[in-house]
Amino acid sequence: MGLERKVGITTGLKYRGGGPMLVWLLHRISGLGIILFVGLHVLASFFTQQFGSDWAIAVNTVYESFWFQILVVFIVLFHALNGLRIVILDFRPELLQYQREAIWIEWAVFIPLYGLAVFLIIQYGLAGG
Amino acid sequence: MRGKVVQPGLNFEYLMWIFTRISGLALIILAMIGLVAAFIYGARTQMDIGALLRWTFFPNPNHVTSTNIPDLEPNWVNAFWQVMQMLIVFFGVTHGFNGLRVVVEDFTGQSFWRPLLRGLIFLLWIFVMIVAVYVILAS
Repeated sequence: MGLERKVGITTGLKYRGGGPMLVWLLHRISGLGIILFVGLHVLASFFTQQFGSDWAIAVNTVYESFWFQILVVFIVLFHALNGLRIVILDFRPELLQYQREAIWIEWAVFIPLYGLAVFLIIQYGLAGG
Repeated sequence: MRGKVVQPGLNFEYLMWIFTRISGLALIILAMIGLVAAFIYGARTQMDIGALLRWTFFPNPNHVTSTNIPDLEPNWVNAFWQVMQMLIVFFGVTHGFNGLRVVVEDFTGQSFWRPLLRGLIFLLWIFVMIVAVYVILAS
């Protein structure tokens, strides 16, 4: 943290990092999303289990709705696949020269998997399952 | 630093850097085990994706009370899955709160907020771990 950075939000928004920056940003946002989701979920599970609290059951009802599942599957699947890419590149630094190709491979794996999941979620959701 | 190999010391940041990668891999492997087990125990015909996700990450009998899975007793309610859940809770919660610390410290820099927020995140980490383990053991 010896770096002196004075970058305002407007300068930050103008920076065009392309694909690598997009996955970095999505990794952070999805990570924070998972902390919020899992933290609330642990608390809600505790209060449902111990007291059957109304707010906890309401939280779980939101989590079980199919539009929320579409979001959660995106966040979890993206964070897992992008994390796997980071781990592979960190442990095999000689592959770093192909990091842009690695990001394309990541999307090529992510999009079919996520598409299939969304298709099944919507199918179940519309069937009232 | 060009042309020079930097030897990382065994400091906190380096250990957490390694831990983030190890726990990330561990979570993927643990989730795969949960996912495969869910399919073996009949997820293909009996669950929607939400319930599958819940079984994948946290195979707890209290976790799927709203889905109609016929019998939990023989497959899921045993010590093996309790240990698996505790591993997932430990790796997941620690990985998550360390990530939160990294993001927060990117924004605070070296100000007096840093130790304060680090302490707060540490307390939150302990709190969520205790609550989660309690939920597992009380199920």
